[in-house]
Amino acid sequence: MFDVKVGVLALQGDVEEHEHAFKAAAKELGLTIEVVRVRRTEQLSDVRAIVIPGGESTTIGSLANRVKLLDALKERIIDGLPTLGTCAGAIFMAREVKDSVVGETGQPILGVMDIAIVRNAFGRQRDSFEVDLNVDGFGTLRAVFIRAPAIVKVWGDTKPLAKLRYPRVGEVIVAAQENAMLATAFHPELTTTAMHKYLLEIARGKA
Amino acid sequence: MSVSQSFEYLEKLRDFFYGMLELRDRLRERGFIWPRPYPVDGLVVGTVKVKVGFPAMLRNGVIMDVTNVEQSQIAEEAGAVGVMVLDKLPYDVRKAGGVARMADIKVIEDVMRHVTIPVSAKVRIGHYYEAFILESVGVDLVDESEVLTPVDEQHHINKWLFNVPFVNGCRELCEALRRISEGASMIRSKGEAGTGNVSEAVKHFKALYKSIEELASAYRSGDEERLRDFARQCQVPIELVTLTARLGRLPVITFAAGGIATPADAALMMWLGADGIFVGSGIFKSQDPRERAEAIVLATAHWDDPEIVVESQRMVSERSAMMGMDVKSLRPEELLQVRGV
Repeated sequence: MFDVKVGVLALQGDVEEHEHAFKAAAKELGLTIEVVRVRRTEQLSDVRAIVIPGGESTTIGSLANRVKLLDALKERIIDGLPTLGTCAGAIFMAREVKDSVVGETGQPILGVMDIAIVRNAFGRQRDSFEVDLNVDGFGTLRAVFIRAPAIVKVWGDTKPLAKLRYPRVGEVIVAAQENAMLATAFHPELTTTAMHKYLLEIARGKA
Repeated sequence: MSVSQSFEYLEKLRDFFYGMLELRDRLRERGFIWPRPYPVDGLVVGTVKVKVGFPAMLRNGVIMDVTNVEQSQIAEEAGAVGVMVLDKLPYDVRKAGGVARMADIKVIEDVMRHVTIPVSAKVRIGHYYEAFILESVGVDLVDESEVLTPVDEQHHINKWLFNVPFVNGCRELCEALRRISEGASMIRSKGEAGTGNVSEAVKHFKALYKSIEELASAYRSGDEERLRDFARQCQVPIELVTLTARLGRLPVITFAAGGIATPADAALMMWLGADGIFVGSGIFKSQDPRERAEAIVLATAHWDDPEIVVESQRMVSERSAMMGMDVKSLRPEELLQVRGV
């Protein structure tokens, strides 16, 4: 048996990296967990937390729309399902999305979190970077930014957790929280278990 | 398997190769600088985590060959995770003959202005300067490809020198590990490009995984001798062989490429262990590119869900598929896969 069942939205993106981070986090907490790759609406019903991975937000959006997962997922997140969205996942959760080059994208999104996000804000892949980042409540993390977006505005109950000053872009938010929703512009799954541990703890009602 | 498990060793390998290079100083004089100095304290670009991490974000996705902006927009709308800009589709490269080179920079820049997904492009095997130009232009992923005419019969590009990640083709494990030791951040099967025939890609994937399984079983039984022999035979570091054996797969993301033309082809390659799919001529040499692009994306994401694979195959018509060719009908000198081993 397992202590808690969690999901990773598995339409496209770095699903296995998140699975690995979840398992490593559970080991550190001494928990037994089951990680479900969520691809159908019925798989959503009994997970206690979900990750929306990094990937291409346009691809994840159009696939979620096609298999009718978009509305079901939106409903569960609004109901309070603890959710972590990394990079493309954060874009998918945002209420407002733009691209730094193309502008309006009109792509399908969940639109559940009070953040405005700009895609590809730091430039192209050659500009992708890693940096030590201080994240409120998580300490200093090695943060890997890959063709990363930036959060340019938060409102309502959303709190910024980490900020970064970058040439041309100025100071932007790169991690934010609204109740049980966490959004990061970087990829914690590649370097740390801190955020997955936190997600497991709220899923068990311990945080 | 998470690629994060590969970081530690690949970082060591990078330092080793980079550190011993006399070439580095010569290249620095000519404008290659690594790591690129950056105006923010403590921020570094072109690292292993960034280069090997990027292809992980493409998992379960499809990268499509395109020759212009219109095709790249069709690809993006269909849900592609990237486009590969070419001057000619591999099928036409095969027909045209002559020397095949890097695509037109103006076309690449035009595509970059019109789509939000990553843009890749091909360089000739061994052509440092085509790669340098593509990196400067801002291409997200460089394919050092046998589809173009190689400029160096002996050597591939030392990819550790670049900030941009590279993908390389392979037919079997030794070739793949040699490319990774040269700094490739991603591997794809070679297949036989431009044929619309997936048989060679199948052959290459099976060869790849057969060797990996043999190594994994040697690793489990503590047969270090077997791993050492393999490293010697392939001329790659023993640590890289051991890492592959321990993970039971290549330490970088591995896509299938070469002759994929239908949703069923894509699902087959995913079943054989691919992390994602490159489609070359298969989409824009068909009569139904829009539907086919969307169907291949769907079949790739849901390859293990039979109902959805059937639905995706229903979206395309076999009458509209590109005409395939039997690989056996090609003369040995017409084979692209033997270039650059």
